[in-house]
Amino acid sequence: MTDTSQIVEEDLEHVEEHAGPARRGRLGEFWYYFSQNRGAVTGLVVFTIIVLVALFAPLIAPHSPSLQNRDAFLVPPFWQEGGNAAYILGTDAVGRDILSRLIFGARFSLFIGVFVVVLAMTTGIIIGLIAGYVRGWVDTAIMRVMDVILAFPSLLLALVLVAILGPGLLNAMIAIALVLQPHFVRLTRASVMSERNREYVISSRVAGAGVFRLMFITILPNCMAPLIVQGTLSFSNAILDAAALGFLGMGAQPPTPEWGTMLAEAREFILRAWWVVTFPGLAILVTVLAINLMGDGMRDALDPRLKKS
Amino acid sequence: MSLLEIRNLSVTFDTASGPFRAVDGVDVSVDAREILSIVGESGSGKSVSMLALMGLLPDTATVTADMMRFDGRDLLTMTKRQKRSVIGRDIAMIFQEPMSSLNPCFTVEFQISEMLRRHTDLDRSARRKRAIELMEAVGIPSPEKRLGTFPHQLSGGMSQRVMIAMATSCRPKLLIADEPTTALDVTIQAQILDLLKDLCADNDMALVLITHDMGVVAQMADRVQVQYAGQKVEEQQVRPLFADPHHPYTAALLSALPERATARGHLPSIRGVVPGQFDRPPGCLFEPRCSFAVESCRRGAERQGPDLGYALCNRPLINGVPADERVADAQVKA
Amino acid sequence: MIRFLLRKFGLLIPTFIGVSIIAFAFIRLLPGDPITLLAGERGVSAERYEALQAAYGFDKPIIVQYVNYLGDILQGDFGTSIVTKRPVLEEFMQLFPATLELSICAIILATAIGIPAGILAAVRRGSFTDQSIMGVALVGYSMPIFWWGLLLIILFSGVLQWTPVSGRISLLYYFPQVTGFMLIDSLLSGQAGAFKSAVSHLILPTIVLATIPLAVIARQTRSAMLEVLSEDYVRTARSKGLGPFRVIGLHALRNALIPVVTTIGLQVGVLLAGAILTESIFSWPGIGKWMVDSVFKRDYSVVQGGLLLIAGMIMLVNLLVDLVYGLINPRIRR
Repeated sequence: MTDTSQIVEEDLEHVEEHAGPARRGRLGEFWYYFSQNRGAVTGLVVFTIIVLVALFAPLIAPHSPSLQNRDAFLVPPFWQEGGNAAYILGTDAVGRDILSRLIFGARFSLFIGVFVVVLAMTTGIIIGLIAGYVRGWVDTAIMRVMDVILAFPSLLLALVLVAILGPGLLNAMIAIALVLQPHFVRLTRASVMSERNREYVISSRVAGAGVFRLMFITILPNCMAPLIVQGTLSFSNAILDAAALGFLGMGAQPPTPEWGTMLAEAREFILRAWWVVTFPGLAILVTVLAINLMGDGMRDALDPRLKKS
Repeated sequence: MSLLEIRNLSVTFDTASGPFRAVDGVDVSVDAREILSIVGESGSGKSVSMLALMGLLPDTATVTADMMRFDGRDLLTMTKRQKRSVIGRDIAMIFQEPMSSLNPCFTVEFQISEMLRRHTDLDRSARRKRAIELMEAVGIPSPEKRLGTFPHQLSGGMSQRVMIAMATSCRPKLLIADEPTTALDVTIQAQILDLLKDLCADNDMALVLITHDMGVVAQMADRVQVQYAGQKVEEQQVRPLFADPHHPYTAALLSALPERATARGHLPSIRGVVPGQFDRPPGCLFEPRCSFAVESCRRGAERQGPDLGYALCNRPLINGVPADERVADAQVKA
Repeated sequence: MIRFLLRKFGLLIPTFIGVSIIAFAFIRLLPGDPITLLAGERGVSAERYEALQAAYGFDKPIIVQYVNYLGDILQGDFGTSIVTKRPVLEEFMQLFPATLELSICAIILATAIGIPAGILAAVRRGSFTDQSIMGVALVGYSMPIFWWGLLLIILFSGVLQWTPVSGRISLLYYFPQVTGFMLIDSLLSGQAGAFKSAVSHLILPTIVLATIPLAVIARQTRSAMLEVLSEDYVRTARSKGLGPFRVIGLHALRNALIPVVTTIGLQVGVLLAGAILTESIFSWPGIGKWMVDSVFKRDYSVVQGGLLLIAGMIMLVNLLVDLVYGLINPRIRR
């Protein structure tokens, strides 16, 4: 008895896939579980603040990120002796305000995250859809290529790719997207393979839907949940990897106020001026942590197994 | 004196949506060598009350009881450590899903002899000998060869036999079987039930058999206790219970047996479902589904005496007719 | 079991071929002419160019070039460093023990803390302990480790002056490489203080490299334990009267370890990516630093050979993990 009613409900859900009410119901449920998670909400709040800071950077920043004040080299933060209230978090070795550089750096980190995730996700989803839908040798070939990419440590491969493409932020982002994209391919392929033989897909095919409609409009929306979670995790990974490449001198080039690059420039002063090293890294950590908190919250809210009865 | 005596047992679960009382003031008593069957639909709290006795409920459960005595010892005042030396040795339990009740990572021998290691002084070779003996006793062919097998290599029936061998390894005085045959094929079911009955007779062991299958009850039990929504609604010896159920719920359960189907081949069912956390009726819990309910049933149900099977009912049935109607009939005739 | 391993090994062959194609293509994808690149900064004369092109086989069709390349690799010839003129394999073998020593210490640290922390968090689910452990784990998981390393240097080498900043051992000590593991070699040398010096050089890099694997292992252990703790066989183990240590530490953990071991295996790739950063920060003379330096020195034949060697090693370790997985999961063992 209960079994039959469940099946009927499930069918209805798929029928109403694109109808407004069912969608909002799902979103509402998602938001309910997400908002129950204190960590996730904290992450969301912090992330929103970072986004706002990045958007309004020129209005918030007290100084220009590239202005070098020759009278103020390595000024410590204002609460330390020798500090100056004009430079709240101090200045770096060429007299630039660290706080302003951090504020402008938020723009780079968020841009890196968005660029990498969009690039990795779109290519990954398309390749994954093809592999999962077409199957056969195309699938085998694609998956072997993905295995090969995953056989390398991600940072090493990104490093080598940047060596080929030449150092720079854009090339670093492309390299990172390439390294992260197999995860999307695998996820999409797995979801497509489990979805493609479900009744709603078959009925849509019987109704005469074309291949592209089936792939992108019928199947894809039902595979989105794990992809969104993976997208969030990739966002934080992208920021970390880009900062690491910047730190190694292969990412954004000085004087860009990218946080990893700032760390690389600060390295030689680490025992003399702790603030030059501490704050950019802290900015990376807080951003990545906020995104990961959100990602965990989203995963828990989307995973029905973890929901409390 | 009874082997097991539980008075006024209640179990409350702390859930995300508030407390839920799964067992509500249940009494259980089992004599030595007796087979007691606890019957009820899923959600009637029959497993939970026994898991509470074993101390196997999760931390979200609160267990209270006025009395919980086993073999002359008070289980309520025992420390956890003391209780663990009783659990497994004197009271053992087997479960509904034999395949998932055995640990997939350990061999059959390890899992049987672990019980012996915990509760006896037998050395390694003696434990092995005893394990073979036990496996023979529960009807596992060529036990020496089966010692090293892993659970995934066994069928459901074989797994349940291993579970029984494990549970009976320390010659417990009481075995609790929680729907031991529900997950098994019909042919295997009968074999396992026969085995349990034989083991009880051979080892002077009492058995609490939890089931929802009245057919199994008829075949196995000495005495029957019917539970509904966490309450005991009736308790009788097996023959009188089948002959003359006093609680309408028992009567409904019995009339749902295929053998008792009406001449037209219509199999009656009880309409509605067991009340859950949020739809508990204020009075008698069976009132919304009861075809004999009257106004007073919405306020509560009265516990009857032993001659009416301790039925928790305002209008206990006698030969299928509510007691007060019989009285009324008699008066009309007079 | 052997069939299982052979199948896994068979799957590695296409991956290895793919990896070799990437390494092969790497030098040809670089902007500019490969000979000019390989010649380095000084450039070459026209005659020398011709000779080199013939020597490297760049005048042959690309397929022939690849087959020759593959042949060289199978014979253990991974090319020669442009800068040092030494065989890449020889350099790799010389530096690899340093990375291996660091990685082993890191994985031991990560496992030794991560697994107990994950178990504790799972057992105390929802408690303050659980939330603290998982909070710290998430911070570790989000850590930019190159910054974390710098912070530790500021604190322990700068402020407290407890540990040295870079290298594997103080320059005061010199002894021949026997095993390549500084901890062992320093003990073998018998020089007073050498072992202590090696340990103090190793501590910070180990902590830095272990951070992310530690967080991942703790998170994975917790979720695997939570899944296992609700399994029927854990209830069975408790019904045997076993104490909590045996139930959790043996019956539950044994099953939870199966996915955790896979996770630990997957950390090898993470570890090597981390080694690139860690070794750069601490001037640790291992293959991570070697690769970064080679990229900067444009020693492309080292990058090419190192890429292949590192990927090959990761594949071997994954095979090893599959082997361990087969050993601890009885459902695969034959």
